[in-house]
Amino acid sequence: MQNIIQNLIIGLQIGAVYALIAVGYTMVYGVLRLINFAHGDVYMVGAFVGLKLAERLGMNVASTPGGFALVFALTAAICALVGMIIEFLAYRPLRKAPRITALITAIGVSLLIEAIAQMIWGAKPQYFPRIFPPTIFQFLGATISSSYLLILLASVVLMGVLWYVVIGTKMGKAMRAVAWDREAAALMGVNPNLVISFTFALGSALAGVTGLIVSALTNVSISPLIGVMPGLKAFVAAVLGGIGSIPGALLGGLLMGLAETFVAANPAITTWRDAIAFVLLILILMFRPAGIMGRSVVEKV
Amino acid sequence: MSFFRSWFGKLALLVGIGGILFVIGNFLSDRSHFHPYYFRIVMLIGIAIILSVSLNLVNGVTGQFSIGHAGFMALGAYSAAAFTAYGQYRYFPPLDSAAPLVQQGALVLSMLVGGSMAALAGFIVGLPSLRLRGDYLAIVTLGFGEIIRVAILNIPQVGGAAGFSGFASEHGRITIPQITTFFWVYATAAVVILFSRNLLRSTHGLAFFSVREDEIASEAMGIGTTRIKVTAFVISAFFAGVAGALYAHFASYLQPETFGFLRSIEIVTMVVLGGMGSITGAVLGGAILGAAPDLLRIAVGEIRKVLPPDLAKNFSPDLFRQFVYAFLLIILMLTRPQGLLGTRELSLGWLFGRRREPNRPLTKSST
Repeated sequence: MQNIIQNLIIGLQIGAVYALIAVGYTMVYGVLRLINFAHGDVYMVGAFVGLKLAERLGMNVASTPGGFALVFALTAAICALVGMIIEFLAYRPLRKAPRITALITAIGVSLLIEAIAQMIWGAKPQYFPRIFPPTIFQFLGATISSSYLLILLASVVLMGVLWYVVIGTKMGKAMRAVAWDREAAALMGVNPNLVISFTFALGSALAGVTGLIVSALTNVSISPLIGVMPGLKAFVAAVLGGIGSIPGALLGGLLMGLAETFVAANPAITTWRDAIAFVLLILILMFRPAGIMGRSVVEKV
Repeated sequence: MSFFRSWFGKLALLVGIGGILFVIGNFLSDRSHFHPYYFRIVMLIGIAIILSVSLNLVNGVTGQFSIGHAGFMALGAYSAAAFTAYGQYRYFPPLDSAAPLVQQGALVLSMLVGGSMAALAGFIVGLPSLRLRGDYLAIVTLGFGEIIRVAILNIPQVGGAAGFSGFASEHGRITIPQITTFFWVYATAAVVILFSRNLLRSTHGLAFFSVREDEIASEAMGIGTTRIKVTAFVISAFFAGVAGALYAHFASYLQPETFGFLRSIEIVTMVVLGGMGSITGAVLGGAILGAAPDLLRIAVGEIRKVLPPDLAKNFSPDLFRQFVYAFLLIILMLTRPQGLLGTRELSLGWLFGRRREPNRPLTKSST
C-alpha cells in the first residue's frame, strides 16, 4: 500500500513534468500542424541557462526566494526568446511548404540546438547544487521527498497560469482562433504570425522553466542530450491525449508518468521503462487514432 | 543496346557485374594495395547505400515518413549475428578460420535470417500503424525503433548494454565472425537498386507513386493503399535487415546505441539529400554521408585550430557530424526541399545530354 502511494506521488510528479512539456507540443501543433522536434531541447536549454544564471548570481543568492524568482524569470524570458528565434528562422519560411518539409527541418533544428549546447557547455554532465535541500517525510507509511511535492505544486501553478492565458486573455482567444482556422482568424483581424510567435514563446518558456525546476529540485544531471527522451515522451503524451488539445496533453502526461513509474517499480520489467511510452502510443493509436481527447478530422475530397 | 534486353544479355550483364565486383573486392581487401582504413570507408559506403535506397522505397516513393529505419537494421544485425555466433560449432565450423566458401555460405544465410526477421517486424509494425498518416506514422516508427533498442538492452544473450562482442562457451570464446566481403555488400547494393528500379517501372510501382501523390484518389481508383504501404514497409525493412547483417559481420561488435534515433535520422538525411523518390539520389546521398564520418574526422583537426580555445575543447568529430547533419537538413529544406536530384534519376543518357521521355509519371513535389 505504501508503495502504491509512493509510486503514485512519483508518477504524478513525472507526469506533471511531461504534461508541462507536452502542452508546448500540443499548442504548436494546434496553430501550425507541426511537430516541433526542437521543443524537448528547449527543456535542456532551460536547465543549462538556469544553472549558468544561478552560478553567475552566486548560489547563496539564487537559493533565496527573490534570487530564485529572478533566475526563474530570466530563464523563462531567454527560453521564450529561443523559441521565437527558432520559429522565425526555421519554420516561418516554410509556412506554405509541405508538412514533411517542416518536419525534417524541425529534426534538423533539434540536432543543431543539441550541437550548439554541446559546443558551449560541453558533453560532460553537470549538476545543480542542492540549493533547496529536500525534507523527507512519512505519509501513510510512504516515504516522500518534499522536492516531488514542490515540483507537483509548481506544475499546478504553471498550468493555472497557462489556463488563464489561453482562456482568459485576448491573446489566448486569438491562439484558439488561429488553431481553429488560420485564414478565417486572419480575416477577423488576428495577426497569425504574431500569434504563432507568441505560441512558441509561451510553450518554450514553459518547457524552459520545467527544465530549470526539475534540475534544481532533483539531482538529475544536466547535459546536452537530456531533452531528447523527455521531449519524445512528452510528445507521445501529447499524442496520447489527443494532439491539439491542452487538457488532453495534461491527461496524457499524467497517464504516461504513472505508467512509467509503475513499470519501473516492478522489478521484473523495470528495464523496460523507456519502452512503455511507445508501447502505449502504438496501442492507443491503433484503437483511437486521434488520441483520448482529440477530435478526429474527416478528410473531405 | 537491345542485346542487354534479351535474357541472355541480362544474364551476361549479371555475370559481368558479379565478376567485376569480385575482382574489385579482391583488389581492395588486399592490404598490400589498399589501406584497410580506406577499405573500411568503402564498406561503410556500401552499407549506407543499401540503407538509403531501401528507405527511399518508403520515404521517397510511397510518400510515407519513417524515422525508425535503424530499428530494422538493428534487428537484422542482432539476429544475423546471433545466428552465426551461436550457430558456429553447432551447425558449421568456427567461421573465422573456415574455408572461404563456408564463410560465404554462412554469411548469405545470416543475411537471409536478418532480412526475414526485419521484414517480419516491418509487417507487424506496418499493419496497424500504416493506417495512420504523416506525423503519426513518423512518431510510431520512431517509437518502434526505441522499443527495439530497449528490447535488445534486455536480452543478455546478445550482450545487452555492454554490446555483442564475445561470449564464453565450452568451445572457448564465441565472437561474431568477421566474414563480410566487398562482394556481398556491393552485390546487395546492386540488388536493392535493381529491385527498386524494376519495381518502379512496373504497374505495382505506379501504385506506390499514386499513394504518394494522393492517397484518397488512389483509393478511389481501387488501389489498396494499406496493402501497398505495408508492402513497401516490408521490402524496405528486409533490405535494412540485410544491411544490418552485413554490418554485424563487418564490425564484429554490436552495441544498441549504434542503432539509436540519430542513426535513423542519418539514413533519413541520406534520402533527403539525394532527393526523396530518386533511386540514384539515394545512392548519391548514401555515398556522400556514408563516407562523411571518416572524412569529417580529418576536417575536425583543421577547424579546431581556428576556433577559440574554450569552444575548441568541446569540438569532437561526433559533434561536427551532428552540425553537418543539422545544417544539411535545415539548409536543404529551406533552399532545395526536393534534394539534390529531386525525383529525377541520373542516367548515362542524361549525363551525355540525351533527352529521354520520362518513364515515370510526372510528379508534383511529394508531400
